[in-house]
Formats: sequence, C-alpha cells, structure tokens
Amino acid sequence: MTVPVLELDNVTKIYPVPQGMFKPRAMLTAVGGVSLTVARGEVHALVGESGSGKSTLAKMLLGLTKPTAGEIRIDGVPIAQTDRREVARRIQPVFQDPYSSLNPRKSVADLIALPLVAHGIGTSASRQKKVAEMLDAVGLPRRMIDAYPGQMSGGQRQRVAIARALVMQPDVLICDEPTSALDVSVQAQILNLLMDLKREFKLTYFFISHNLAVVEHLADRVAVMYLGRIVEERGREALFTQASHPYSRALLDCVLTPDPSLGMPDTVIAGSFPNPIAPPPGCAFHPRCPRATDRCHAEAPGSLPVADGVAACHYAS
Amino acid sequence: MSTTSASASAPAAGFDPVPVRRSPLARFTKRATRHPGFMAGAVLLAVILVLSIGAPLFTAHDPYAQDISRRLIPPVWHDKGSWEHWLGTDKLGRDYFARLLYGGRISLMIGAATVLLSGIIGTALGVAAGFFGGRVDMVIGYIINVRLALPVVLVALAVAALVGTSLNTVIVVLGLLLWDRFAVVARSTTQQIAHADFVGAARAIGCSTRLIVFSEVLPNILNPLIVVATLEMAHAILLEAALSFLGLGVQPPLPSWGLMISEGKQYMFFSPWVITIPGVALVALVLGINLLGDGLRDVTAPDNRS
Repeated sequence: MTVPVLELDNVTKIYPVPQGMFKPRAMLTAVGGVSLTVARGEVHALVGESGSGKSTLAKMLLGLTKPTAGEIRIDGVPIAQTDRREVARRIQPVFQDPYSSLNPRKSVADLIALPLVAHGIGTSASRQKKVAEMLDAVGLPRRMIDAYPGQMSGGQRQRVAIARALVMQPDVLICDEPTSALDVSVQAQILNLLMDLKREFKLTYFFISHNLAVVEHLADRVAVMYLGRIVEERGREALFTQASHPYSRALLDCVLTPDPSLGMPDTVIAGSFPNPIAPPPGCAFHPRCPRATDRCHAEAPGSLPVADGVAACHYAS
Repeated sequence: MSTTSASASAPAAGFDPVPVRRSPLARFTKRATRHPGFMAGAVLLAVILVLSIGAPLFTAHDPYAQDISRRLIPPVWHDKGSWEHWLGTDKLGRDYFARLLYGGRISLMIGAATVLLSGIIGTALGVAAGFFGGRVDMVIGYIINVRLALPVVLVALAVAALVGTSLNTVIVVLGLLLWDRFAVVARSTTQQIAHADFVGAARAIGCSTRLIVFSEVLPNILNPLIVVATLEMAHAILLEAALSFLGLGVQPPLPSWGLMISEGKQYMFFSPWVITIPGVALVALVLGINLLGDGLRDVTAPDNRS
C-alpha cells in the first residue's frame, strides 16, 4: 500500500481560556484526538457545524498553529520536523473569504507571484510568464494581470486565490469553505474549476465545508466532525446512503430539498451545541441524540468499523 | 503599444500574449492629476522648492550682505519702496527677498530630515509593537508613554542650552522627539492588519516574517503614515520657527523664517512687513505640505483605484 499523502494521528489542540483574574484557566478542547488518512488524488471532505473545530484543524494542517498533541505527517514525514517553507511547498490554502484573504494593496500579478517570491523561485520575467499561465488555468483573462482585488468580483477574487495556491504546484490544497462567501451562481463555477484543476494538476483536496450538497457533489471520502472529534468517517456512497452515526443522519436530514412541497425538513437534533469547555460526559453527542441510552451517558464510544469507514457510536451497527 | 491593443481585442484567453504592464509610476500620475487638492499642494510646494533650491537664480543679492544706510526699506507696494529690494530690507539692510529664499532651504531641510528620522524610529517601533504584540508591545508601549510625557519644546530648550545650538542639533533633537505619532498610528494600524486573513495566508504560503512585514503590513499602513508625515513635517517646521524665535534654534546670521519673525518683532508696529512676509511664506509651506499629504492619501488609497 502506498503512503498516504496526508496523515493525522491523534491530533489534539487545546486552548487555555482565561476565566477571570483569580480563577484557574479553563481548557477548551478545539480538536480532540483526530485521526485521518488522506490518500493521494482523493477529495477528502470534512463537515460539521460552526464551532466543531474544522478551521482549527485546517490551521494546524497549514502549520499556522501547532497541535497540542498528536502528529501530522505529509508523505510519512511529520510536519513538526519539517521546515515551514517546505510544508508550504506541499500544502497550500484556499481561504473562505476572498475579500479578506487577498492583500488589497497588491495587483493580481503580485498576489499570484507571492509564493514564488517567498521561496525565491525564478526571475521577475519567468514569474510574469508563470502568472499569465496561472491566469489561463483558472479562467481569468490576462488583461486582469494589473487589476487590484477591489476591482474584482468575489468569484474572480477566489480564482486569484486559487491561482496563488497553485503557482507552487503543491500536492495538497486545503480548501476552507472556499465557496461559502460567494453567490450561489458563482459557487458552482468555482467548484467545477476546482475539479478541473484537480485533474489537470493531479491534486489532493482536503475540503472543509458545512454544505452537504457540495460535499456530495465532489467528495470521495467524508469525515463528520462534532465537538472536536470525528464521529463518522466513510466513503461518500456509504455516508449518503447509510449513515451510521445519529449526528451524520441528522445532518443529512437537514439538507433542504429542491422540492418546495416537502416543506421544511424536520430536524431530529434537539437542544443546542454544548459548551466545549465542559463537554458532556460519555458520548459528547448524547444530550441531543434521539437514541441515547444510559450507556451513552457513562461511556465514550470508540471508533467502530462500519461498511467503508468507521463511526463513533455504541449503536453504529 | 501594439501588445496592449492586441491583448484587449483578442477573444480567446489562450491566445493572449503576456501583457505589458503599465508601470506603477504611470498609474500613479494618472490618478494624481485628477485630484485638485493634491495638485494645488504639489504646485505650491514645487514653487517653494524651486525658489529655495534655485535661490541664486532668482535674486542677485547676498542674504548676508549688510548695508546699514539702507535698513528697513519697505516693499515695493509701499510709497517708499523700490524695485531694487522688492520685498524691502531688514534692520541690518539685508535684502529680504534673498533672505526669504535662502531661509526656505533651512525650513525645508529641517522638515524633511526631521520627518525622515522620526518616521523611521516611530514606524519601526510601532510596527514591531503591533505585529509581535505581547511583551514587545508592553515594552514599546512604555517607551511611547515616556516620550509622550516629555514636553517637546522644554526638552529642545534644555538640549539647546546644554550642547549649544546649531542646525544639526535642531534636526536631531526634533527627529528624536517627534516620532510618537508615527509609533502610535503604526502600532494600531498594524494590530488590525496583523489579524487579517491575508497575513495568515502569507504565512501559510511560506513567507518569512520580514517579507510579511515589508510586503503585507507596511503597504497597508502607509496611508495613515503619509498623513502623519505631512502633519509632523509642518509641525517640525513650526517648532523650528518657534525655537529660532526663542533664540535657541538656528543661529544668526543664518536665515530662517522663524528667526526672521523673531528678529522683526521689535519693528512690527511701524514696519509690519518684516513679520508678515516670512509669516505668509511659513503658512504657504505648511498649507502646501498638508494639501499634498491629504491628496497623497486619497490618490494611493486602494479603493480609489479604477
């Protein structure tokens, strides 16, 4: 078996939260013991509601924050032992909001060439040529090379952000909700572009989203995150047809259907997102779970094998 | 020329040649010429610059040559005025126009040199405090507070009394005292920028801290700093005038506009032009600098680009 391009082994991130001057600091577990493997060439999606730790995980993958415990490996080599610049050559980000992820002071040419400048690659003429190629690849006209982000639409900006991420020819793209700040009509264009580029540049995507329709459209494998933990990790087919964890099933039930006569979907999840500083004992999902039993109150479930993946629920099978 | 028109008309992106980029300077001039305030300030400042730097071309008189028999001649628009000294003479019979032109050199030099010195000190401290935060911010915040607690004129007077007065002393003392606004403005704007997504993006891309500071942070805090620079330049020129007026700035016989006002104060009731002429020049210079700074901020603002 080949070495997976990206491997997360029990990755944990704990933030200390000041509680006031005389109280001890509380510990917020943003990401708790996440283990995942991403094979080369696949689209691995990560879904979960706001506050479930998706973006913290993305930051750790990009080397912006260090995990408190656990290890992230690229091609089997731990990130902690790799130079930050070397990591940047392999993994590049596409951020959620193209309005704030592009420096408003720089022209498109300077924005796309920034990774080349940062790594000292090429002369200014060869960079210029490379920038023009990238503009073609992401479907922007070359006359936009002098434009500033302020003159572009959201979709065009996101194309610039994608071009910037691809100019170094990385292996993995971390897409942190790349379409959620865009108009619905533009979202599809950007998603199709991402899929085209994946074929052209042989990329692997780690795709963070809370839009299950998008995930169903393009993911190969899906991990569902709840309160900093992966509750289910399945192939796309298996998850969308026979989700095992009650939370995944509830998420799937929440998706709005195009048929208005069906009305608003009936949400099975009761209550609200628990306080991550004081997570519920046992299975973290039990206060909201329709099938919770006494066992769920007392005992945290481990990862149980299910068809084409794992699920963290006592009653998964 | 032919390349740009070809890229504009070519229908398919794949057939575009690599376009020729318009130089940043060309883009800047295009925007600048459309801004009336910027142009007014630029013209005013340019006139003062040309007149001061090219002083020998505009007057045949020596600003230091005294002629006691021809003292306090009024300007040409007075009944007793003459075209030989068209702005009159001072109490020692020196040509006032010549002294005004040569004095402009001193004011401009003090303004530029002081702002350069204080701008570098203040921006470096402010960006470091805003970008690194934590202990660095605490230490620099303390230094800024110490500086703010020092009254500028009093310290300048004390230094002048201790080490004596000269043009260099004035520049160094003002430069070491006027950096506080640069530091405060640079610190608060850097704090905002340092948390922007594009700084995180630059880090993830693999930029070094130096590259992030110089290419992501500094260009984005430049606008407020330009405004501070123009304010401080005007401030420094006025402070020099004040110090010279108190006799502790530029020393006679060197011409300086502040010194000219100071020397003329005993004659102001009977020969008011000895004060109004350098006073008007000072106002024109400060106005020109402020107009230019305001315009520069508008012209370089990213949202105004089109």
